[in-house]
Amino acid sequence: MKRQLPIIIIFILGVFMVFQYHIPHETSEFFYEFIALDWPPIIGMFALTLGIISLVRVSITRVRQRQDNWQYSIVTLVALTTIMAAGFIDTRGADAPPVRWMFDNMIIPVSSTMFSLLAFFIASAAYRAFRARSVLATILLVSAVIVMLRFFPLGPLTDPESELSRWILTVPNLAAKRAIIIGVGLGIVSTALKVVLGIERSFLGRD
Amino acid sequence: MATRRHFFIGSVIAACLSWALLTGTPASYAQEPSDSTAVDTTTAPAPIPPAPPSNVQATDTPNDNGHAIGVVWDLSADDIRGRNNVLMYEVLRTPKMEGPFPVDEVPADDPSYRIFASNAYGEAGWRFTSGEWDTVGQVPSGATSLENRGGKIRDSRDFIPDYVDFQYRVIAVTAEGGRASSPTTPPVHSRGHLFHLDRILHIGFPAVLYTVLILGFIGAAQRGRKLYIRPLAGIDAVDEAIGRATEMNRPILYVLGLGAADEIATIASFSILSRVAKKVAEHRTELLVPCYDAVVMSVAQETVKQAYLDAGRPDDYNEDIVYFVTQDQFPYVAAVNGTMLRRQTATNFYLGVFYAESLILAETGSLAGSIQISGTDRVTQIPFFVVACDYTLIGEELYAASAYLGREPKLLGTLKAQDWFKVCLLAVLGLGVVGAAFNVDWILAIFRMSL
Repeated sequence: MKRQLPIIIIFILGVFMVFQYHIPHETSEFFYEFIALDWPPIIGMFALTLGIISLVRVSITRVRQRQDNWQYSIVTLVALTTIMAAGFIDTRGADAPPVRWMFDNMIIPVSSTMFSLLAFFIASAAYRAFRARSVLATILLVSAVIVMLRFFPLGPLTDPESELSRWILTVPNLAAKRAIIIGVGLGIVSTALKVVLGIERSFLGRD
Repeated sequence: MATRRHFFIGSVIAACLSWALLTGTPASYAQEPSDSTAVDTTTAPAPIPPAPPSNVQATDTPNDNGHAIGVVWDLSADDIRGRNNVLMYEVLRTPKMEGPFPVDEVPADDPSYRIFASNAYGEAGWRFTSGEWDTVGQVPSGATSLENRGGKIRDSRDFIPDYVDFQYRVIAVTAEGGRASSPTTPPVHSRGHLFHLDRILHIGFPAVLYTVLILGFIGAAQRGRKLYIRPLAGIDAVDEAIGRATEMNRPILYVLGLGAADEIATIASFSILSRVAKKVAEHRTELLVPCYDAVVMSVAQETVKQAYLDAGRPDDYNEDIVYFVTQDQFPYVAAVNGTMLRRQTATNFYLGVFYAESLILAETGSLAGSIQISGTDRVTQIPFFVVACDYTLIGEELYAASAYLGREPKLLGTLKAQDWFKVCLLAVLGLGVVGAAFNVDWILAIFRMSL
């Protein structure tokens, strides 16, 4: 029953959602909003508690067992308890000055730093991608140079109205993207059907 | 006496004229045209009204949840043709309510509307004043339709109640302010529809066909028919990658991405995780699954736990294999990158939904020397994975991976059905190309839809 019940629930709700999509009536929308929009945040809130428990347990285990770099786990635990305490002490929650200060002066700069790494990684990835080792790689390189010249401020070489660049983006590039999108769409329908019909149940734990 | 008086008056007039001439009197000269302008304004002819729009019809919008009425009309004779002076069309609406309704409230800050407590249909809580015309939209010249779509929440300003009659007028407006109104339409009301016919025809029908194909191929596979599936390098490399990690005695990192548990790509990733975890358990290799979403973590824990059980190694499972990190994008990336570099993971799987973090993760793994297998359905992230990973599952291959790994007839049948449905789609696309190229109306009509 532990395995059958989820499959039955998935089947009933899956079939309901298929019919709901084809029924625009307000009653149908009400059930959609109730099931698909209202329930996930409620479940998410309970799951977040489990997540925090998991994080605390993993961190404490690392510290207790003196695993490699266990000191980082202490930083994690201190940060978690500090920001939670700040939120509890000042009932304004996320708007509380201590929480806001930590968010503005610690979380945002660290996040921005991580994001800014992307620029360097793009440069290194582009270097690898554009090495003209084969015919296809050479075509990629030439296409990329043409497209980049459209946007780079390189004086007379820059041509924002470049028809060739526009053609590359709107014909071969767009055709490939659409082919992938159509494939993804079919894959989504296929996977959804497999899940709803109970054919794919490996994510429930057993093949 | 009279002569002296006339002389005096004449002298005063002459003095005034002389003073005016000597001081230049620009104001005096300027005054006259100004006066004449004022006279012109008051006596200017009214702007010439254009010909009104004709054949105005208001109908309930089909295939919707109600609260919308469509208005269509024929162009004014002076729009594009004739005097060609129509600037835009204004659409006006008035409720046709057969009261009297008990007035609940007249808001002090805006007495122009009233909130009616009830109407003939027993509905309550909206505000309309019978007989008042409200402008519900403006469209530029050349347009012949407008959808008056309102909200369904009664407290909202744009609420349109169902089953309440409205009448419409369309006014042609010129740049000079000339206006010409069409006749008022007969009363019409909106209502919710039970079926969305366009969706049933264009999505429901193909979905049924697709389901029949899937069930047909599953049946064929179960009857023992051999189904050829082209090999996928990324899937074939899974065993090799797990074997490498085992030989090197280093952990395997599995990243489920930033998607929620209800996203299909994440569900596909759960299926792959199940099969990867089973192989990992058989090889007794260490597995790390840092999670971004707490719900995803809960599902992944159950999936991995069951995989270890299936592999006959339930004692090797511990709850720290799948753990929650944070629900913040870049702190999550920092944590996963730190894990990669500190633990020197031998193999990294990135399967699921990814955004800007895809390249940061994959490049860090590449720098750490890990074998990397990735897969996502986000078109914008696929190039990053292709560049930085050893193997990439592109788009639909992510959804097919579980079937490849499982090699079960039922799952392989769905892949075969998917391929055949693509053939059908190609045929439909070809038909569309023919229709567009040769302007064949009946073909183009098939592709016209409002979803």
